[in-house]
Amino acid sequence: MNQPPETAAKAKITVRDLTMAYDSFVVMRDLNFEVAEKDIFIIMGGSGCGKSTLLRHLIGLHEPAQGSIFYGNENFTAASPEDRVEFIKRFGVMYQSGALWSSLTLAENIALPLEENTALPPRTIRDLVSYKLALVGLSGYEDYYPAQISGGMNKRAGIARAMALDPEILFLDEPGAGLDPLSSRRLDDLILRLRDSLGSTIVIVTHELASIFAVANNSIFLDTVTRTQGAIGNPSELRDHSENPAVRLFLRRGEASEPSSASPS
Amino acid sequence: MPAKESSSPLARWTRDGEQVVLAVSGDWRRGGVAPKIQGKAADAPPARYVTDDLGDFDSTLPAFILSHLRTVAKPGDDAKPSLDGLPPDLRGLMELALAVPEEAEAHQVPTDASEITKLGKTSLNVWASVRSVAEFTGLSVLALGRFATGRARFRSRDFWVVVQECGAQALPIVSLISFLIGLILAFVGNVQLASFGASLYVADLVGIAMVREMGVVMTAIIMSGRTGAAFAAHLGSMKANQEIDALKTFGFDPFDFLVLPRLLALVLMMPLLTLYANAVGIFGGMLVGAAVGIPPVLYWNETVATVSLTTASLGVFKSFFFGAVIAMSGCLQGMHAGNSSAAVGEATTRAVVASITGIIVLDSGFAAIFTVLDI
Repeated sequence: MNQPPETAAKAKITVRDLTMAYDSFVVMRDLNFEVAEKDIFIIMGGSGCGKSTLLRHLIGLHEPAQGSIFYGNENFTAASPEDRVEFIKRFGVMYQSGALWSSLTLAENIALPLEENTALPPRTIRDLVSYKLALVGLSGYEDYYPAQISGGMNKRAGIARAMALDPEILFLDEPGAGLDPLSSRRLDDLILRLRDSLGSTIVIVTHELASIFAVANNSIFLDTVTRTQGAIGNPSELRDHSENPAVRLFLRRGEASEPSSASPS
Repeated sequence: MPAKESSSPLARWTRDGEQVVLAVSGDWRRGGVAPKIQGKAADAPPARYVTDDLGDFDSTLPAFILSHLRTVAKPGDDAKPSLDGLPPDLRGLMELALAVPEEAEAHQVPTDASEITKLGKTSLNVWASVRSVAEFTGLSVLALGRFATGRARFRSRDFWVVVQECGAQALPIVSLISFLIGLILAFVGNVQLASFGASLYVADLVGIAMVREMGVVMTAIIMSGRTGAAFAAHLGSMKANQEIDALKTFGFDPFDFLVLPRLLALVLMMPLLTLYANAVGIFGGMLVGAAVGIPPVLYWNETVATVSLTTASLGVFKSFFFGAVIAMSGCLQGMHAGNSSAAVGEATTRAVVASITGIIVLDSGFAAIFTVLDI
C-alpha cells in the first residue's frame, strides 16, 4: 500500500488502518481519518485513551504496529530515515510540558532550529526570535532559562519554538492545559490567526472543551472502551448529532441532555 | 495571496508630510533573497503602511516590522502603534504580537558584576557549601540516632533494593578492577624484587598494599562513580519532579525516607565489597606469582604470615567511613540539585568529584593517624 486512496488526494495527512500498540498491548486499532489542508484538527478522548500516542505516531516518534500514515501523497511510515528528516522539517511540535532545552535560554531555544536549518544572518534570527516570543506574549524574556519561568510560560515558549520554522503542520500536545482562562483564550486566538495568516495545518491533542469548540473544524474522538475511533467530524455537530452516545456525553461534559447554552462557534 | 511570480522583498521608508510611511513589497521568504531597505529608517513608528505590491510572506516580515516598532518605541509609551494599511492576516499577527507589552524589567537579568563582587560571591558560595556539608553530616547523625532508637520511618523494601544495587550488582566491576590491580602490583613488584632474588616478597607487597590501601580505595572510587552518581541523579530528578515535596506534604521526612536507607546500605556493603576486593586482588597477585615460578601454596603461606589481622582490619575500618562519604555526598548533591535536567547533571558531577576528593583526603588523614599510632 504505497498510495493513499484517490479520495484523499487533497488531504494533508491521511491515516489508513492504523493500529497502535506497545509491544503486545493494543492501544487503538483501525484508525482511518484525513486532515485537510488548513484544518484545525482535534484529537480528543478520555484520559489515557492514546491521544498523545496517536500524536507520537503522526510525528514518527513511534512506529505503527499496522497501517500507514501519509503526508500529501507520500508514505511517511514506509519512508527511509533520511527521507523522514525532510518530512520532519515541515512539522512543528509542542510537547506537553514544553520540553524546552534546559541548558539554553528561551531565545537560544528558538534560534537553534533557525541557525541549523537556514542561512539567515544573526540579526534576522534575533528579530524572528523576538517576534515569535511576542506572538505568545513573552516579549522581553529572551535571556531567561526555562527553569526561571513558570510552567505556563514554558508551555507558551514551547509553542514559540514549534513555530520557529513556520511549519506547514503544527502539532500541539495539550496546549491549553495549565493555562489560565485568559491565556488559554489568547492561545486559541493565536492558533486561529496562525492558520489564517500562514496557512498552517494544525493538529491539537486536547480535552479542553472550550478550546475545542472555539478553534476546531474537524476532530477525531478516540473511544477508550472500544479501542478505536468513536467519531470523526466537526465537534459542534458531533455534540448535537453524533450517533455515538459516548461522543455526545464527552462533548457535553457528561450531561445527557441538550446544554442550555449551546454556543457552537 | 496575490502575485504568484517571485519578486525580491523590498522595504521603502518615505514621508508624507509629518507622517512616516513604510511601503513593503515582494515576497518575504526565509529561504529567498535578503530584503532590501530603501531610505533611512524613521525614528518614529509608521503612521501607515503601503502593501499593494506585497506578495507571499512568512514570519520574516512581521519580525522585521516588530523589530522596528520595538527600536523606536519610547519607554513608558503604552499607545498601540498604528497598523493602517496592513492586509488583515498580517494585521492580525501584528496585533497579537503587540498585545502583551514587552517586559521591561525582564531584560535586566544577568549583569556583569565587578571582580570584587564576583570574588565575594564565590567566597560566600564556598562558605555556604561548607555549611551545607556540615549541616548534612549533622542531619545524618541525627537520622542515624532516630534509626537506632527505632523512630526513623522508611520502607525496608527501599533499603533492600539499595543493598542489592550497591552490593551484589557491583560485584562484577569490583572483581575486574581489583583483579587487575593485584595483577599490576605483582608485575611491577616482581620486576624490582627479582633483581634482588627476592621474588617471593611479591606476596608481602601485594598482600599488604591490597588490604591496607588499594582494595578499599579502589572499591570506594568505583562505588562513588557507580552508586554515588546514581544517588545524586535519582534524588536530583526526584527533586526536579517535585517528588520530594510530595513526600514532605505527606508528613514523611525526606531525609529518613531517602537518605537513611542509602546511607545504611552503603555503609554496610562497603566493608563486604572491600573484603571481597582484597581477596580477588591477592588472587591476581598469586596468578602472576605462579607465572614467575612461585608455587601458589608458598605464595599463600607467605601472604598469611605477613598480613596480620590488624593490617587487614585497617582497610575494613576505613571502608565504613568511605561508604558514608560516598552516600552522603551523592544524597547531599541530589537533595540540593536545581530544578532542571541540566542541574541534575551538575549535581551528579559534583557528587562524584566531592566523594572522590573526600575519600583521598580522608585516606591520607588515616595514613597520618595510623603512622602516629604505629599500626
